[in-house]
Amino acid sequence: MQLRAENLECVRGGRKVFSGLSFGCADGEGLLLTGHNGCGKSSLLRQIAGLVRLAGGDLVLEGGDPELTIGQQTHYAGHLDALKPPLTAHENLQFWAQIYGGDADEALAGFGLTHLRDIPAGLLSAGQKRRLGLARLFLGNRPIWLLDEPSVSLDKASCDVLGDLMRAHMGRGGMVIAATHVTLGVAFTHQLEMHRGQGVFKRFEGMP
Amino acid sequence: MSAFWALMMRDIRLAVRQGGGGGMAVGFFLIVVSILPLGVGPDLNLLSRIAPGLLWVALLLSVLLSLDRIFHADYEDGTLDLLATGPLPLQLVVIAKMLAHWVTTGLPLVIAAPVLGILLNLDPAAFVPMTLTMLAGTPALNFLGAIGAAITLGVRRGGLLVSLMVMPLYVPVLIFGVGAVNAVITGPAPFGPPFLVLIALTLISAVISPVAAAAAIRMNLD
Repeated sequence: MQLRAENLECVRGGRKVFSGLSFGCADGEGLLLTGHNGCGKSSLLRQIAGLVRLAGGDLVLEGGDPELTIGQQTHYAGHLDALKPPLTAHENLQFWAQIYGGDADEALAGFGLTHLRDIPAGLLSAGQKRRLGLARLFLGNRPIWLLDEPSVSLDKASCDVLGDLMRAHMGRGGMVIAATHVTLGVAFTHQLEMHRGQGVFKRFEGMP
Repeated sequence: MSAFWALMMRDIRLAVRQGGGGGMAVGFFLIVVSILPLGVGPDLNLLSRIAPGLLWVALLLSVLLSLDRIFHADYEDGTLDLLATGPLPLQLVVIAKMLAHWVTTGLPLVIAAPVLGILLNLDPAAFVPMTLTMLAGTPALNFLGAIGAAITLGVRRGGLLVSLMVMPLYVPVLIFGVGAVNAVITGPAPFGPPFLVLIALTLISAVISPVAAAAAIRMNLD
């Protein structure tokens, strides 16, 4: 399976965010998005998820399921955790388990949240909410992970869990496309350096 | 299909646990209906004559009040992003959420209406037809409202804007709802035709609304 983007262009609110972005990502590869705030990393991830329209260019998933959109084959973890404060941690994940498939209790255990199982999500700390949101990555079996600053408000131990999770996913032949300022110990294979509406796609050479 | 039920049950559970939605709409319904006789005066004959119209207008206002809650919470906390990349087409997401919304706000209003009819001296013969018309008409109100709620997703304090957009669409439902009840009370026209038109309005809106609302949600996620 290979995700290929050619000359992607993004326009939001009448303003051109970026244009001419070309990159690829294949099974087992990790792509790191870097660039200053506002350069369009989030917009790019949302475009891959199918949430933001392509203003130009092509985005194809070779070898993917032709019945599904690219977005339906991705796990999108954006800035928002998509949790419902009145529902308990388990109820929140159980709902997504019914949507994505998978087991809510295993997902809770994966991020060390089992002891918070019956606590309403509204009472969790920012970091715990983040972990609960990221625990969705354990659910279902989606080949492409789109992570937008996943390490924000996570402590060191949780960052390690996240890093392990990303490595394991790549080890299984999954793709990880992440915008992050810490490598999380993940051996990214490629890097897309975004600057002034342009992007340079190259092999990963370590964090800038 | 399990995703459809999961979404619907989650919304019902949220509405029950958070309170607000259904209870607030019914409370508003009660207040409007109990204030109106104070304005119109204690003339029982007059109240009895205008009761169907008053109840229907109060019902419309109560439904309007609850509309901006349908999609907004899911939009703000990112749930809609994930539902849009989920296995369920957005049109079905809209239908699941609409059904949950109807169960938690539309149905309580329909159940409250006959009780409030007593306050307005509603003709005893009109209680059953009144409830039937509201049962048939409230889904149309919810479905039409969903379009407005979806379009104004990105707007802060979109509630008023929803009312302005949706109220004109409610006019046919109001006319045929009140028409059917009045047909029973005063005759001579039969109850059937306006009631069937009301059902038709509900069915038409049930087809158009999910497509329109899903398109509006996509536009707002962009």
